[in-house]
Amino acid sequence: MSVIDTVLDTFQKIGHYGLARLQSLGRAGLFLLASIPWGGPGSAGFKDLIKQIYSIGVRSLSIIVVAGFFVGMVLGLQGYTILSDFGSEAALGTMVSLTLLRELGPVVTALLFAGRAGSALTAEIGLMKATDQISAMEMMGIDPLKRIITPRLWAGFIAMPILALLFSLVGIWGGAYVGINMLGVDEGAYWGNMQASVEFYNDVIKGLIKSLVFGLVVTWIAVYQGFDSMPTSEGISKATTQTVVVASLAVLGLDFILTAIMLGGV
Amino acid sequence: MRTRLIEVAVGGFIIMGAFALVMMALQVSGISTSDHGDKYTIKAYFENLGGLTERARVSMSGVPIGRVSKIYLDTEDYVAVVEMEINTSMSTLTTDTSAAILTAGLLGEKYIGLTVGADDEYLEDGGVIEDTQSALVLEELIGQFLFSQAEE
Amino acid sequence: MSSEEAFVSIRGMSFSRGNRLIFDNIDLDIPRGKLISIMGPSGTGKTTLLRLIGGQLLPDSGTIKVNGYNVPDLKRAELFELRKQTMGMLFQTGALFTDLSVFDNVAFPIRVHSDLPESMIRDLVLMKLEAVGLRGARRLMPAVLSGGMARRVALARSIALDPEMMLYDEPFTGLDPVSMGITVNLIKSLNDSLGLTSLLVTHDVAEACSIADYVCVLSDGKVIGFDSPENLIENGSEQVRQFLQGDPDGPVPFHFPADSFSADLFKRVK
Repeated sequence: MSVIDTVLDTFQKIGHYGLARLQSLGRAGLFLLASIPWGGPGSAGFKDLIKQIYSIGVRSLSIIVVAGFFVGMVLGLQGYTILSDFGSEAALGTMVSLTLLRELGPVVTALLFAGRAGSALTAEIGLMKATDQISAMEMMGIDPLKRIITPRLWAGFIAMPILALLFSLVGIWGGAYVGINMLGVDEGAYWGNMQASVEFYNDVIKGLIKSLVFGLVVTWIAVYQGFDSMPTSEGISKATTQTVVVASLAVLGLDFILTAIMLGGV
Repeated sequence: MRTRLIEVAVGGFIIMGAFALVMMALQVSGISTSDHGDKYTIKAYFENLGGLTERARVSMSGVPIGRVSKIYLDTEDYVAVVEMEINTSMSTLTTDTSAAILTAGLLGEKYIGLTVGADDEYLEDGGVIEDTQSALVLEELIGQFLFSQAEE
Repeated sequence: MSSEEAFVSIRGMSFSRGNRLIFDNIDLDIPRGKLISIMGPSGTGKTTLLRLIGGQLLPDSGTIKVNGYNVPDLKRAELFELRKQTMGMLFQTGALFTDLSVFDNVAFPIRVHSDLPESMIRDLVLMKLEAVGLRGARRLMPAVLSGGMARRVALARSIALDPEMMLYDEPFTGLDPVSMGITVNLIKSLNDSLGLTSLLVTHDVAEACSIADYVCVLSDGKVIGFDSPENLIENGSEQVRQFLQGDPDGPVPFHFPADSFSADLFKRVK
């Protein structure tokens, strides 16, 4: 093959790969649009939403709370070590709370959520597909998007901000425990400086907006990967891995974009 | 039975979320009910703000009594104008109250410290504090110090 | 056979997957109220035909009319309505919802599609379960059922909405002789007692011929035989008879197309 052929061939491959990616993104987008609104043939009800919030949210609670406490304790330790070099241990509360509310709360919760709930969602839906449960539903005249996907999407959307808030709160307590009880930071200074510098809208609400976005994106990726998986055991395991990888990268990338927008004064 | 358990758990979960939000508001960001109480505005002119920002704390003897609501430049005299919202519970600021831009700790944030004077009259809404002390700018301080050293 | 009495009527339908042509311009009429067995070598698209009729796949061209409605033309909501009204499908694996009990599995389509009071749903479900002989197993979870039982539960679930047509996708695969006998009889008796139109995709020639009114043999994207089982065995083309009698070689070759064996053996390995 001549050099030109090789070059052209490479270009063709790149183009083909790009088109395939674009197509799969478009499919995922249409899938999301079709799944968000409630109602339709055999649509899920309020009870299904409750059930999904339970299996997605409540059952992720333990890992979120434990992780939040440890992250808060580490922040307390590290923050104290760094701040004491400048003689400003009193700012420990500010540092721990702002780090958690603005970044670590939404981001780490989303990453843990992708690993705990996202992979479970993908595997569950992939298995339903592999065992023809989704086809069976279709043949009963029930739209599987409305029945299976819609309540899961909304459950993720609702559960993630709650989990992120709890993560941050427990983390702040963890930081307080290490800072006040173990390292001897003044209790009044910890809480006082925190209250002086944390703003409800700019820090708490903007963090919540982040976790809402993450909740939607991670759940979307998880259910789509499950729904689009090859209906074999190998396909399901691949889709599950894919969910964790894609969702984690999406969270980190989106975090940068959202932070840039928010710091830009939106 | 099982569905009831699930429903109760989800209810608890959502209440925990609401609780966390309330804790964030009260314990962490220090929004207190007095924040939503009535306020009145007073002004002060400063030569140099040195990094004071809107929403900075206004305190007296270290106790927060209000926030900086607006900062702008007076284009006639070219001095900075700072508007502050003060809680109405602190309505007894005398007209000769002085305001200083202070720093929390060595590297901390800037805030305004008020000190009451001895006058009989109190500042009204929109009143102006005459006696102000600008922020300490480190470069100017060092410059003055070197200048005085050179003179000796 | 006139087209009025056809419940499913396929005209000029082609379907391909990738570059492979699965159906090549086929015409097929499924008469109302009959049990039709669809047979053919593996990979001829028997299951694909069921999915095309059920609207889960779209043909490249042609029409597939079910009860007068052209399935490929239906809007999403209309398609779901048609499936709800007229179709039931039994999947090869049973496809039971693993998180629901036997009772709830059968009750599922009724609960979703109606606002009937729980007591009436209970009666309906018990009726369906009684029909497949598993009323006593209603509290079990699908995981503890044997393959044959799971398939019977799935059968009860697929007739829960009283369909007019049943699609069976290889219902006999992996069943022991007793379970197979039970399933064969169930399919026949359901078809007769409920007046269903049944499409039965299977490899088990003997069982299929014993209960089917008509046998449809597919091969290489074409319908190569459609007649009553007796007629086909006696008068069918050579290819049809080879399939029905299970001869190892004949018009359908034993060998996958290849160069001559000796040429292959002496080819130099690169």
